[in-house]
Amino acid sequence: MPRRTDIHSVLIIGTGPIVIGQACEFDYSGTQACKALREEGLRVVLANSNPATIMTDPEMADATYIEPITVPVLSKIIEAEKPDALLPTLGGQTGLNIAMQLAENGTLERHGVLMIGADREAIRKAEDRKLFKLSMEAIGLEVPRSGLAHSLEEARETARRIGFPLVIRPSFTLGGTGGGIVPSVDRFDEMASRGLSASMISEILVEESIAGWKEFELEVMRDTADNVVVVCSIENFDPMGIHTGDSITVAPAQTLTDREYQRMRDAAIACIREIGVETGGSNIQFAMHPGTGRMVVIEMNPRVSRSSALASKATGFPIARIAAKLAVGYTLDEIPNDITKDTPASFEPTIDYCVVKIPRFAFEKFPSADPTLTIQMKSVGEVMAIGRTFKEALQKGIRGLEIRRPGLSGSDGGVADQRLEELLNRPTADRLFQIYEAFQRGWSVDRVHRATSIDPWFLGNISEIVDFEATICEGNVRQAKQLGFSDQQIAARLGTPESAVRRLREAGGILPAYKLVDTCAAEFEARTPYYYSTYDAEDEARPSLRKKIMILGGGPNRIGQGIEFDYCCVHAAFALREIGYETIMVNSNPETVSTDYDISDKLYFEPLTREDVLNIVEREKPEGVIVQLGGQTPLTLAVGLEEAGVPIIGTSPDSIDRAEDRKRFAELVRTLGLRQPENGSAVEVKDALDIAHAIAYPVLVRPSYVLGGRAMEIVYDDSSLEHYMRRAVWASPERPVLIDRFIEDAIEVDVDMLSDGRTCVIGGIMEHIEEAGVHSGDAAMVLPPHTLPHWMIEEIRRYTRLLAMELHVVGLMNVQYAVKGKELYIIEVNPRASRTVPFVSKAIGVPLAKLAAKLMVGMTLAEVGFSQEVTPRHISVKESVLPFARFPGVDIILGPEMKSTGEVMGIDMDFGSAYCKSQLGALQNVPVSGTVFISVKDKDKTQQIVSVAHQLMHLGFSVASTSGTARFLRANGIEAEVVRRASEGAPNLLDLINAGRIQLIINSPSGKIPRQDEVSIRSIANARGVPVVTTMPGADAYAQGIRAFIRGELGVKPIQRYHVGSLLR
Amino acid sequence: MGGPLRDVGKAVLLLEDGTVFHGQSLGAEGEAFGEVVFNTSITGYQEVLTDPSYRGQIVTMTYPLIGNYGMVPGDSESRGAWLTGFAVREASALRSNWRSTTDLPAWLREQKVVGIQGIDTRALTRHLRINGSKHGVVSSADLDVGSLARRLEQAPRIVGRDLVGEVSCTAPYEWTEPAFGDAALPEARYRVVVIDCGVKYNILRRLVSSGCQVTVVPATTQASEILSLRPDGVVLSNGPGDPEPLSYAIKTTRSLIGKRPIFGICLGQQILGLALGGRTYKLKFGHHGGNHPVKDIATGRIAITTQNHGFNVDMDSIAHPGTRATHVNLYDGTTEGLENRDMEFFSVQYHPEASPGPHDASYLFSRFTDMMGARKGA
Ligand SMILES: Nc1ncnc2c1ncn2[C@@H]1O[C@H](COP(=O)(O)OP(=O)(O)O)[C@@H](O)[C@H]1O
Ligand SMILES: Nc1ncnc2c1ncn2[C@@H]1O[C@H](COP(=O)(O)OP(=O)(O)O)[C@@H](O)[C@H]1O
Ligand SMILES: [Mg+2]
Ligand SMILES: [Mg+2]
Repeated sequence: MPRRTDIHSVLIIGTGPIVIGQACEFDYSGTQACKALREEGLRVVLANSNPATIMTDPEMADATYIEPITVPVLSKIIEAEKPDALLPTLGGQTGLNIAMQLAENGTLERHGVLMIGADREAIRKAEDRKLFKLSMEAIGLEVPRSGLAHSLEEARETARRIGFPLVIRPSFTLGGTGGGIVPSVDRFDEMASRGLSASMISEILVEESIAGWKEFELEVMRDTADNVVVVCSIENFDPMGIHTGDSITVAPAQTLTDREYQRMRDAAIACIREIGVETGGSNIQFAMHPGTGRMVVIEMNPRVSRSSALASKATGFPIARIAAKLAVGYTLDEIPNDITKDTPASFEPTIDYCVVKIPRFAFEKFPSADPTLTIQMKSVGEVMAIGRTFKEALQKGIRGLEIRRPGLSGSDGGVADQRLEELLNRPTADRLFQIYEAFQRGWSVDRVHRATSIDPWFLGNISEIVDFEATICEGNVRQAKQLGFSDQQIAARLGTPESAVRRLREAGGILPAYKLVDTCAAEFEARTPYYYSTYDAEDEARPSLRKKIMILGGGPNRIGQGIEFDYCCVHAAFALREIGYETIMVNSNPETVSTDYDISDKLYFEPLTREDVLNIVEREKPEGVIVQLGGQTPLTLAVGLEEAGVPIIGTSPDSIDRAEDRKRFAELVRTLGLRQPENGSAVEVKDALDIAHAIAYPVLVRPSYVLGGRAMEIVYDDSSLEHYMRRAVWASPERPVLIDRFIEDAIEVDVDMLSDGRTCVIGGIMEHIEEAGVHSGDAAMVLPPHTLPHWMIEEIRRYTRLLAMELHVVGLMNVQYAVKGKELYIIEVNPRASRTVPFVSKAIGVPLAKLAAKLMVGMTLAEVGFSQEVTPRHISVKESVLPFARFPGVDIILGPEMKSTGEVMGIDMDFGSAYCKSQLGALQNVPVSGTVFISVKDKDKTQQIVSVAHQLMHLGFSVASTSGTARFLRANGIEAEVVRRASEGAPNLLDLINAGRIQLIINSPSGKIPRQDEVSIRSIANARGVPVVTTMPGADAYAQGIRAFIRGELGVKPIQRYHVGSLLR
Repeated sequence: MGGPLRDVGKAVLLLEDGTVFHGQSLGAEGEAFGEVVFNTSITGYQEVLTDPSYRGQIVTMTYPLIGNYGMVPGDSESRGAWLTGFAVREASALRSNWRSTTDLPAWLREQKVVGIQGIDTRALTRHLRINGSKHGVVSSADLDVGSLARRLEQAPRIVGRDLVGEVSCTAPYEWTEPAFGDAALPEARYRVVVIDCGVKYNILRRLVSSGCQVTVVPATTQASEILSLRPDGVVLSNGPGDPEPLSYAIKTTRSLIGKRPIFGICLGQQILGLALGGRTYKLKFGHHGGNHPVKDIATGRIAITTQNHGFNVDMDSIAHPGTRATHVNLYDGTTEGLENRDMEFFSVQYHPEASPGPHDASYLFSRFTDMMGARKGA
């Protein structure tokens, strides 16, 4: 069937901010969908609040609404755009949920919008766990036994019927909060009660636990003619009981016989038909008992998912793109396979390599969070690696994770056997390394299997790696490489430097071969150059003689380095292609747009290590390599690559070093006559105290060479400083503890700037809403600055220009400042693209990263057409989104260590509206009436909080406070009701929050070590979805936002209309 | 242990055009000659190893990790291995599956299959795709390329050779086992005779599961003998090699056409094509795998199919009235099925019995029983 003719415009709803469980894979799928639909001449309307996405680039859709993803906002967009259809299956869970709500409240019908891909009925059947189970039973498929319960008694009853172990899953909670595995009756009451109270509707699913079974996923596509194909099978290395998002996963499935696999395939096909997903991709999860082959269906996602992105990258089959085409009426056989061109998409990819995905966690950021891996996802990113064997792919994956491991290596060698066994039993991010440790100790596969339930085949492969490692010598380097060992690992064994291993390899002709990912295991010729390395005989790389530039990506997402950097890399590829360069992308993150095979001319799916990058450089011999767009990962490779003769383009590695090296940077600041907070560095406690005394408390302490404010703390007195220094066991003369004067109550400012080496132009100046001390990645910010005086902005420009010229920046540079009264301090200079580049680009309508790439190949600012700073008339606010809901009990207070996973943009003509949109976009409830609870530390008892309270009272809120704050507010003419603290008995604040009687909380922490009751206020509020504001400027902004919201001033406007005529492409 | 860790002997794979691959020995020691073909199925190496259609061939699996689930009793497609050689990237001696009883390398030794592992199977596959399938030798006995090349030149080729004689049963027998997982069986309503040119067990299992009482006869059985068994229908099975030299089977088929409903599978379709006066030709590197899309021309439905053939029917050569093409391969447009409603026969070039591979085409077994049912009813 050709394309439907009744559809001319399609609305796509994106996911909004990156959160745990919904990351940039939905930018990848959404971007593919936009492109696929526009190719068909359809008008694409897009809604997504996340500015760091490629899909929200103005050229990706006809009308792009960077607006909050909420029902009222989407209704307005639908009213304005009147799209013919809504495609709900490509924007992750958020897009799907909103689409369902729009269908259920009649909006779609009222405006004649058709749901394509999957309709309401199908989505409900898949999403409602009870309906889903019924549907599966109807087609003869087994599901784990379960029952719903609404009270503890009912839950006990169900538990008796099913037996232990059990899993408990509360209905309607954020990301499965309050669920878990209950091993035995002992903990049942406690966990069931917790689940019941976590659920908004006091409902839990009590289900047979099948933890330890093998877990599998199939990615399935269906078209309107009812043709169904399975794109990829995935086997989880970590068995059931660990969320697939937190599991190491392997494609294709490794331990299923053909009979078992075909039975699963039949079940998947029956499932997609029964649920009724009309077209597109779905993900179906299965579990299989390892001893009996009993197979059960776990769940179906009636949309493209994280696993679809993985499956697309693992096979070369672009699931989202094809899903979009199917949704508008094509059948699979009418769509060509882009990779072979000559064969149709109506086939099942077959692969001739092994793919391993490894999750990346961020527990170090949340020391009080429970690091046990369970049925609720906790990872923040992932790496994918391709090899010809599982062993090779696993080791490549580990070194691609960037956790300072050159490959599979050990964990704590000191633990006793029994402890090790316990550790193996309780899965955490370190389990893989504990397994290594166990094999080092000579444990059998069987013993490790009993402790972990991981399939013996995987364990056996790991034990082979461990065994081989002990035998590594000069004579078996080729075999070592085939098993995925890095030069660094081999060097450690041989006791030589890494470079010696490289020379040894080169002398012996032991070089990687690059093979193609081609969907068909070489049965047909592949046209798309998508490569991975392996140590096999035949190299299929076809280096061209064109002018070419290599772009190094950012690797796995982590807190502090995410989608923003991928955005920049993608832009560089676009820009350089535009001016005639061949572009070569290197990255290892399967969730990204940059690893889509049609973004660059060539894609190397490889770990971002010196060894792997050098190998590609030697094969491709690019004219230049870009290291400043992928975040800190490629930047730290710069010096090493340059030493090896790699042509780094843009700002020179020496300049990078001058900005990154504390000593050299201090000197530079001094030469330029600029100002930096007083600072020093120390290894010993005594020196640290001396420095602190010299520069006066509070001081900011941190390790050298860290990212995202890792382990950074504000220290107010000697005893805290001593405490910090004693914990800093890693400190050494090469890696001292850095101590800065902490600039209190300062306004922080971020600046992004472009330079061609001779002149520079500011891209954007952003004023933070939270004061300095809240990491720039967690702070909300406003562009253009909304309170800074004009002369200060001039001063900021002057500083920035001086820095850029002195560092001979070519490309992008980011500077962070603290403004304290009339003084301007430089906090840091990042000689690279920053997290704010996409936000600024969208705010000013200039694609900074694209221009930066052109500057790096020698064009001037004049030539790229950017010679003047743009100061928009509209206001753009960037707000961060934090993962606290995933880590119950963790304090949500913001500090110098970055904790956010994502961001949103609010854009409007006045500050209040833009701020309000940013809050709505950040998935915050913005209350319009009710009670605001205010409790602030003494230092914050100022006119600012009084004015905030006044504003809120005018808007109809009543005010409640703890006694001290109430006294202060009353003295300033505000009627504040006194509420008891948790420690003061019931009924207290916590009860009020639980009862839904508090709508907004303004609570500033009272000191470095926050009081326990403050922590629980914030975490309970967080669990209940009550917004908490922890800074005074934030409170002020919030009050303005609420005012705009109440006045109903929030309109919607596509980004294209904010920049009419001014768009540089 | 598998792969590069095992301390095993060396082996070579030499192609007729002089291309050499050096690896390690797998399975039996010795040397084996055959046509080298690649199979793109990810799962199902056991079914491939036991498929009689691979007689005379050296098979390389494009999926690099082979042997992971060992060998499973009951999953074989015949009583043993028929191919001459086996080439893989990494053979796993580690096996993990609850039904498995032996590991792959041990089984290969026991079955006397000469294998090679540790070679760049993708390079081999690309070579075959670009240059066409090649005659070759895999050896772990003589590693001298020169002497192997001389013997390779003497070794028989696949074109023009009757391999069916080597794999067909020698006496008729009854088959009663149903397909995997089918507990409740329909009552046996049809008597079916299967002409065994190297039949895969799963064809027989599927027939039983579709309500047939199955008798398997040697490929040389004459039409009169078959008719004397009073069958409701006849199945022309799959089998190895070139159909042209199989004059006896072609003759039998010609005599059966119009007398009984006929269902041809793979080689069975080629025999049918020749019996109808058509021609067959050799494909450049054949179809061997489990992911080829085939379209049913009448319904437009696409089935993902299992394929294993090196020869094909040239549809243009068939002038037989009423006979038409029913299925087409969406990869390369080759004919995948033909039928003649009046004469009550149909056939497919692929494997509706799957095993290994997807079950999308199993509806063809019902089509066959329907055809027999219509005739019985009439
Ligand atoms: N009955 C069960 N017993 C043990 N583990 C389970 C069970 N059901 C699900 N899980 C585990 O929990 C994870 C998440 O469950 P799933 O239903 O897929 O929810 P989500 O929507 O979060 O993906 C699965 O990947 C699986 O490992
Ligand atoms: N001297 C200082 N005074 C006040 N706040 C500071 C100071 N130095 C850093 N900060 C705060 O800490 C955050 C992180 O510090 P920064 O040097 O930018 O580290 P990173 O490299 O992690 O971005 C900044 O965004 C700022 O809010
Ligand atoms: Mg799931
Ligand atoms: Mg910073």
